[in-house]
This record gives sequence, structure tokens and C-alpha cells, in this order.
Amino acid sequence: MAIKTEEMVLNMGPQHPSTHGVLRLELELEGEIIKNVKPHIGYLHRCFEKHAEAMTYPQVVPYTDRMDYVASMYNNFGYAVTVEKLLGIEVPERVEYIRVIMGELQRIASHMVALGTYGLDLGAFTPFLYLFIDREKILNLFEMTCGARLLYNYIWVGGVSHDLHPDFLRLTKEFIDYYRPHIAELNELLSYNKIFIERTANVGVMPLDTAINYGMTGPNLRASGLKFDLRKDEPYSIYDRFDFDVPVGEGKMGTVGDCWDRYFVRVLELEQSLKILEQAIEQIPEGDVQSAIPKRIKPPAGTVYGRVEAPRGELGYFIISDGSVNPFRMKVRAPSFVSLSIMGELCKGHLVSDVVAILGSIDIVLGEVDR
Amino acid sequence: MYELLYDIFGSEIIAMIIAACMPLFLFILPFALIAVLLERKVSAHMQDRLGPMRVGYHGILQTIADILKLIQKEDIVADTTDKKLFNMAPVLVFAGSYAVFAAIPFSGAFIGSAADVGIFFIIAVSSIVVAGILMAGWASNNKYSLLGAMRSAAQIISYEIPTALVVLSIVMLTGTLSLNTMSIQQTAYFWNWNLFGGAADGFVQLLLLPFTVVAFVIFYISSLAEVNRTPFDIPEAESELVAGYHTEYSGMKFAMFFLAEYANMFAVSAIAVAIFLGGYQSPLGYLGNTIGVEWLIPYEQLFWFTVKGVGLVLVQIWLRWTLPRLRVDQLMTVCWKYLIPYAFVNLIIIGLISLI
Repeated sequence: MAIKTEEMVLNMGPQHPSTHGVLRLELELEGEIIKNVKPHIGYLHRCFEKHAEAMTYPQVVPYTDRMDYVASMYNNFGYAVTVEKLLGIEVPERVEYIRVIMGELQRIASHMVALGTYGLDLGAFTPFLYLFIDREKILNLFEMTCGARLLYNYIWVGGVSHDLHPDFLRLTKEFIDYYRPHIAELNELLSYNKIFIERTANVGVMPLDTAINYGMTGPNLRASGLKFDLRKDEPYSIYDRFDFDVPVGEGKMGTVGDCWDRYFVRVLELEQSLKILEQAIEQIPEGDVQSAIPKRIKPPAGTVYGRVEAPRGELGYFIISDGSVNPFRMKVRAPSFVSLSIMGELCKGHLVSDVVAILGSIDIVLGEVDR
Repeated sequence: MYELLYDIFGSEIIAMIIAACMPLFLFILPFALIAVLLERKVSAHMQDRLGPMRVGYHGILQTIADILKLIQKEDIVADTTDKKLFNMAPVLVFAGSYAVFAAIPFSGAFIGSAADVGIFFIIAVSSIVVAGILMAGWASNNKYSLLGAMRSAAQIISYEIPTALVVLSIVMLTGTLSLNTMSIQQTAYFWNWNLFGGAADGFVQLLLLPFTVVAFVIFYISSLAEVNRTPFDIPEAESELVAGYHTEYSGMKFAMFFLAEYANMFAVSAIAVAIFLGGYQSPLGYLGNTIGVEWLIPYEQLFWFTVKGVGLVLVQIWLRWTLPRLRVDQLMTVCWKYLIPYAFVNLIIIGLISLI
């Protein structure tokens, strides 16, 4: 008599410590081996895009904060860049520099969360707190500038809400000098840890063609070996003035495009962001930060697609304007949403523990997935 | 211990009951209280934070407050659980780790039972824990619990093999199964510890030295796995399986698992101390001998035993807050591909050397 066997369906989430928010993964298991993964999303859906249709252009900015709440500054940045493109306005030099400084600080802060929680997913608790101590310093800088620590509403269309605090540049410089050695510490503690490498190398390998087919962007794509960074390839704002490298995955510990590569590309990006920050602090001119903010934003009818390199990948805003003060339609290309779609492909044949490793390595933020 | 109590009370039954409760109230509960706080404080300072600070000076009463909270909590038993097994499991797990303390020689005078087969008893009785964990996982009727329990059973059973092999090699060396006798053999100074080749003659001890050190390392690694500590904490890997086999437990039943975990942490350290680190013997000689106060010696021995045991527990805590955890298949690889062959070769070599 044949024994009746069936696959076990395990619901991972929405209340689960490692789904980075309220994501539900439906795992079909055979023992501990994954047969199939279905991500179920929408637990955090807030109708951002629909809401935006009833808002005037400046009113949308605080809503963009709430998408990728780990990198709010960059969401503001992307939105401002897009609407400015639609309006065809130039912003003052100082504003551009402030935006780049804020954007790169935000990238560092966001990567710290990504790297720290990744360690946490794999059972290493201490690096997480070390990273958060340093992230706190960045949040203090943000608080000093605009009063908020998570949702900033700082980068407005045509300018920024406040000029920099007189001490800001000095403190940022101090932060750069303070933080640089800590990257090496992180590498010692986590990146080159034998157990960490065992857990991540050759796990969840994302070949380049698969990555491109799924539309991956940002560190996830670069880890698969393609040197594609909007800051270099399609420079927006003033990114063309800075000298920095685009790190790509090299398969140092395993195959190109494995979890370790995705993790390590982010570590390398920390270094590059510090490099950009240093240059921006050197070059920043004096000036008025609010002179270019339009009194009333009423763009001409037409469509625009603006994209920026957010910490998690290509953040795109598609706006249709009908010539009124409200956007007629807004669509956001959220990098986390796109990245999440590859979960099923990456997880097949791995173990339950690897799901956590893979999910952590593609670094999603559910606020952005669901919008 | 039992003889002493028998002399005092003159009744076998009372003496027996008190002797059985002694380790719980005198050692395990206070130890668990201190160890939980210690773990929280040590980890906090490793991570640049303060840890519990509110209850008492620097939070020293935090664990007591936690226990009061756990006692007051509702004891939730879900409808779909297998209630008999569900209620039995924490008791069984705790019983398993509690029974181990019966044979641990805390000092020359305080031994629950100076059985001649002490180490054999410990290896046997600690296997009960596996049954309890499996029961908990199965009875909870929760998939995470089940996965955790299966992992745990596989892990504990696998890691018992290298442990047993290493213990066997030391048993061969010392020629006894009694932990008390082993401790007595490692008397005088620390170079007589089994870790450093035991109390053999100069040349043989030098020959043995590398192999006993390897034996200690193997024993320590597999004991980490047996008590489910990082990097081998996959049965309760909180980022994968929520809380593993005790996901569904709350209140005092959860506290039982918790207590068992901390009791186990000390138990494996105590066994390592008794086998390798000279047991309750002082590494430096006794104050009691120097100043001629005989009754002081057992207390000094108790002190040394506790210090060594807590030292190893601190190493466990240190490892836990430093390392990530392994994956379930890697865990098995470590055991079957590395530890067992090494332990086996080590056993043979120690056997050959002790023939000299």
C-alpha cells in the first residue's frame, strides 16, 4: 500500500519576525524543502496613487514619505525631480547639493537597516544594533535639518523646506570620519564571518538574465554583475559632478548574484556614498533654498516619467497631467514591488531557512510594495 | 548529601525528598534567575546598550519581575492541541534537564548521588528532553512547532554521538564512569586536568595533551548543539520558526521551557567542567589546607565548580551574541562529517596512548 503523502503548506506571515513587515509567504514544503513560494501582498495598501489624484502637487510630497519609510528622503527626491521635469524648472545650486547630501545620507541609513536586519534574519543580533547606533547619528542630522526623524517632507518641488542648520556640514563631516572605520568593523563581524558566508554564499543565485527579465534594479541587479546605476548612466540632479564607483557583485564567496553578493554590494555602496558626501560638502555653495519654489503648481497637460536611483533600486514616478492643479494619474514604479516578484524563482529547491536569507537579501520594504 | 540529611532527620523518605529538591531550590532556580539577567546584561553591554535598568539597581530584580509576570499570565491552551501531551511536554523537558543535576558533583560533599555510573546516567537521562520536545512540537498542532521539534530531535540525537565518543575517550583515560572519581583524579594543580592530558606521567601527558584539547573542543561544540544555543539554535530560530517547539506555550509552561533551557546551559557546562576542567578541584590549591580549616574545603570546591561552570556559560552567551546561526543541513554536516570522524579518531588515538 502506498503511503499517502501531501505537501505541507506553511503560511509565513503576515505576523512573522522575518518578513520585514506584513508580507505573507505561502510556502509549499516537502519536508523542509521549498516546492513553491507565493507572496501575498496588500496588507499595507493605502491607495497612495489614487489619493494623489485628489491632491495638489505639493500635497503629495508627505504621502511619498510613507512609501519606502526606510528611505523617505529619497522618495521626496524622486518626486521633486519628476515634477520639476514636468514643469521644466531649474532649482538653485545649493538646493541640488542639499538634495544629494540628504539622498546619500539616506542611502547609508537605509542600507544600514538592510544590512542589520539581514544579520538579524540569520541570527546575528549584535551587528544590527551596531548599525542602528550609527543610523541614529544620521537621523539626528535629519532631525536637525527638518525636525523629523522618519517621514521628512523635506525635499519639495523646486526647493527644500528648510535651509541647512549652521552646524550641519561640520557634523556631517564628523560623521563621515567617524563612520568610515565602522564599515571595516561590520565586515569583520558579519561579512567575512564563516557561518554568515556559509548561509549566504551560493544561496538564492540570481543569474543576470533572470535578474533583467524580472526587472530587478538597484543593488539586486548590480549584485548579478551589471554595472547599472541611474546616478551614473542617466545622471539626474547633479550626480554627474561627483566621482564615485558603481560596485558590482563579483562572486567573491560563491556564485555571482548570490545572497552574499547582494549583501556585499550594499556594504560597498556605503563607502561610495561617503565618497559622494565628502565631495558634496566640499563643493556646496551658498544661496537661497526656496527661491525656485513655485507659488502655485499648475503644470501643462502631458505625461512625464522621472526616475531616480533610490537605495532599493529604480524609483520611478509616472505622472499624467491634465493641466489642473491635481495630477490626473500617478503611478509609482516601486523597486521593492518588482524585487519581490523574483522570490518564487529564487526560493525553489532551497530550505525554509533560506527563504529568510533570500527575502532579507532582496531587501524589500512593505510600505513600498503595497503603497 | 543524602547521608547527611539521613543523619539529621532519621527518616529515609524525608531525607530523600529534601535531597531531591535541594538542587532545584538551592541551585537551579537561583542560577536561572542570575543567568537570565547575566545574559541580558552581558549581551546589552556587548551591543553598546544598557539592558534592563528599571527594576532595582541596574535592573537586578528584572528576572524576578519577569517571573511574577509569567506566573500571573493566562495559561493559554488552544482548542486543537493534544491537551495531555501538551501539558506533559514542559514537565518532561524540565525533568530531563533536572535529573542531570542529580549526578553532578558540585563539591566533594555536595553530590546528589555519587553514582558509579554518573556520566552514563547523565547521557541516558538527558535524552528524555528529546521526547519532551517532540511531544511539545506535535501536541501544539502548529506547523512551526512541528518543524522546530523535528529539527530539535534530529539535532540532539545526532550530537549525542560525538559527545558520547568524547566522553568515552576520557572514560578510557581515567578508567571510571563516576564524575566524582574523575574530579578526584584531577586534583592538585590545573596541569592535572583532563583538558591537559590528565594526571598521567610527564611524557604520556605530553603525548595526550593535543588529543584531550581536541576532545574538549568537540565536547564543547556538541554540548552547544545539545542545548540549542547559537550557532546551533535552529530548533527555535526565531527569525525562521517564530519560537520553534514552544511557540504555542504561554505563562508558566513557557517558563518551564525557559528554566529547562537555562538549567541545561549550566548542566552541560558542569559536565564539561567535571570531565575536563578538574571538576570541583581548585586550580591553585586550597585556602582551607593552608590555614588548616578542614570544613572550608567543600565550600571552596563549590565555589570553584560554580566559577568554572559560570565561566563556560559566559562563553556560551558570548558566542550567542556574536555568531549567526547555521542552516539545518549545515548543522548535520558539522556533526556527521567533522565532529564524529574526529571524535572517533581521537578516541582510537587516546586509547592507543593510554596503553603505553
